[in-house]
Amino acid sequence: MKRTLLVVIALGLLLVPLLHLAFPPGHVLHLSEFYVGLLGKFLCFAICALALDLIWGFGGILSLGHGLFFALGGYGMGMYLMRQIGRDGQYQADLPDFMVFLNWKTLPWHWAASDSLVAQLFLALAVPGLIAAVFGWFAFRSRIQGVYFSIITQALTVAAMLLFFRNETGFGGNNGFTDFKRIAGLSITSPGMKVALCMASAAALIACYLIARWLTQSRWGRILQAIRDAEGRVRFLGYDPVAFKLSAYVISALMCALAGILYVPQVGIINPGEMSPAASIEMAIWAAVGGRGTLLGPVLGAFFVNGTKSVFTAWWPEGWLYVLGALFIAVTLFLPAGLMGLAKRFKR
Amino acid sequence: MTPELMEAGAEARERSLTRVLTHDGPVFNQGVALYVEDLRVAFDGFQALGGLSFTVGVGELRCVIGPNGAGKTTTMDCITGKTRPDSGRVFFGSNLNLLTMNEAQIARSGIGRKFQKPTVFEALTVAENLELALAGDRRARFAMRARLSGEQRDRLAELLLTVHLAEERERVAGLLSHGQKQWLEIGMLLAQDPKLLLLDEPVAGMTDEETERTAELFLSLEGKHSLVVVEHDMAFVGILAGAHRTVTVLHEGQTLAEGTMAAVQSDEKVIEVYLGR
Repeated sequence: MKRTLLVVIALGLLLVPLLHLAFPPGHVLHLSEFYVGLLGKFLCFAICALALDLIWGFGGILSLGHGLFFALGGYGMGMYLMRQIGRDGQYQADLPDFMVFLNWKTLPWHWAASDSLVAQLFLALAVPGLIAAVFGWFAFRSRIQGVYFSIITQALTVAAMLLFFRNETGFGGNNGFTDFKRIAGLSITSPGMKVALCMASAAALIACYLIARWLTQSRWGRILQAIRDAEGRVRFLGYDPVAFKLSAYVISALMCALAGILYVPQVGIINPGEMSPAASIEMAIWAAVGGRGTLLGPVLGAFFVNGTKSVFTAWWPEGWLYVLGALFIAVTLFLPAGLMGLAKRFKR
Repeated sequence: MTPELMEAGAEARERSLTRVLTHDGPVFNQGVALYVEDLRVAFDGFQALGGLSFTVGVGELRCVIGPNGAGKTTTMDCITGKTRPDSGRVFFGSNLNLLTMNEAQIARSGIGRKFQKPTVFEALTVAENLELALAGDRRARFAMRARLSGEQRDRLAELLLTVHLAEERERVAGLLSHGQKQWLEIGMLLAQDPKLLLLDEPVAGMTDEETERTAELFLSLEGKHSLVVVEHDMAFVGILAGAHRTVTVLHEGQTLAEGTMAAVQSDEKVIEVYLGR
C-alpha cells in the first residue's frame, strides 16, 4: 500500500514537468514555466534535506555546513556554464566576463577542465567528495561530536564563503556566475531544456532516495544508528565508528553536490551566498520539520517549508523569517518527530 | 659488554614486548589469559590505580570486589583501551600488548566488555542488536551488503534462548525492562564469542530470579571462556566464587587481597576496609 503510493508519487514527480510541453498555455493542465522552475528548485532542496537526514537522523551527526557541498557542486557546474557562454557575453571575449573585467589574459589553472561537461561534472562531484573525506577523517578520528562538529562545519562553510568572495580565487567574487546561455550547445532557456532539467532533478531525488533506503536498511545503516545511540558500545563490539561515519558523511556530501549541480542551471545563478551559515541551517530546518530519521520526512519538509516560503515571500515578504522561526520553534516543541510524526499520530 | 650492545639488547627486548599481532588472536601458551602488571592511572592528581597487578588464568572465572573508588571500572577501562594508563603493562595471552591497541582492535582480538549501565542499541530490535554483535567482518564496506548466513541465523536463535529473550526477538530494545537489557547486553557479548569476558556489575537492577539465572549462565561459560566479574552484590559473588575460585579484592587502586571467598572474608585488612564489622 505504502509502496504503491510512493511509486505513484515518484512517477508523478518525474512526469509532471511534461505538462509544460504537452499542453498549450491557457489549457487547464498546462504547467507554467514558473512552476516548472519552482518544482525543479524544490526537488534539489529535497535532495539536500535527504542527504542531511542520512547523517543527522540516522548517524546523529548534525552538519551545519552542507551548503558548502551544495555550492561546490553548483560552482563546478557554473564553471562549465560560464565557458558555454562563449563570445556571447558583455565583452564578447573568449574569457568569462568577470575575468575580462579583472584584466586577466588566460584561464586560471583550476578552469582547465571547464570546457568539457563530463570532466567538469566529475570535478563537481569529486572536489566536494574529497573535501568531505579529508575534513571528515580528521574530525571523526579526533572524535569530534555533537555541537562541536556542528560549529566546525559551520566555520568551514563560512571560511569557504570568504574565500569565494575574493576576486583572486577566480570564482567571480560576490557576483558569482550568472547570465548562462547554453548546456552542451543547447539553449538553457528553452522550454525543452527547462523540463529536461526538472525531470533530471526528479530522477536524481528518486535515485538518492533509493540509495538512502538501501543503505539505511542494510547492516551498515543499523550500525550507523547504533553509533548514534551508543558509540562506545559499537567500538567495544569491534567496529571502527570512523569508517561508518566517514562513509555516511561523504555519501551525504556527494548527494548535496549533485543537488547543486542540478540547481544552478535551473535558477541561472550561483554566488557565495549559498555558503552562508543561514543556507546550511535552513537545510537542517527542512529535515527537522519533515521528520528526522525517516527518509520521506526530509523530502516532505523541504517541499513544505519552501512552499510556505514561496507563498509568504510573495504575500508578506518581511514576515517570512518570523514565520520560519515560529515554524522551527513549533516543530521543536510540539512535533519532535516532524510532519512524519504528525502523520503517524493521525494514523493511530 | 659495551654500553651500545646493552642498549641494543634492551631495545630489542622492548620491541619483542610491544609487538602487536592484530591479525592473530592471543596465544595462551603460558596458561595466562590476562596479565596486568603495575598499572598506574592518575586523574588530575587523584591516584585511581596505584600499581595494580593481577593475572587471570585461561578459562578461569575471577571475581573482583572492592569498595567504591577502588579502581574496578578504571581497570576495565585500561584493559579495553578506553583509558591509557600512565605506566604499567597489560597483556592478553602472552603476545598481545593491549596498551598499543585501540578499543575496536582489542574487541576484535577477543575481549568483550559489559558496561556497568546496560548499553544496548535502543532504536534497534533485540535480534538486530545481536546481529551486530555476531562475529564476522567488521568493515564498513562489507556491512553494506552483509546478510546473515544460515549458520549465523541458528546461532542467533540459540543466543536468544540462552538469554531468555526468544519471545522479545522483534521488540525494540528500548522497550525492554532493565534486567532484560542486561541480559541482551550479555547476549551481545556472547555473540562476539570473546575469549575473555569483562563484566562490570552484570546483575545490577536484576530481580533475584534473574540474578540466579545469570550466575548459572556465567558458571556454564567457565572453562570455555575466561571471565572477570566485577560486582558489589556479595551474595552473587558468593555463588560465583563457590569454595575454590579466586576472588581479588581491590582497594585504593591496588590488590588488597586475593584468595578463596572464605580466605578473603577472614582477611583482617579486607574486613577493615570493605566488609566492615
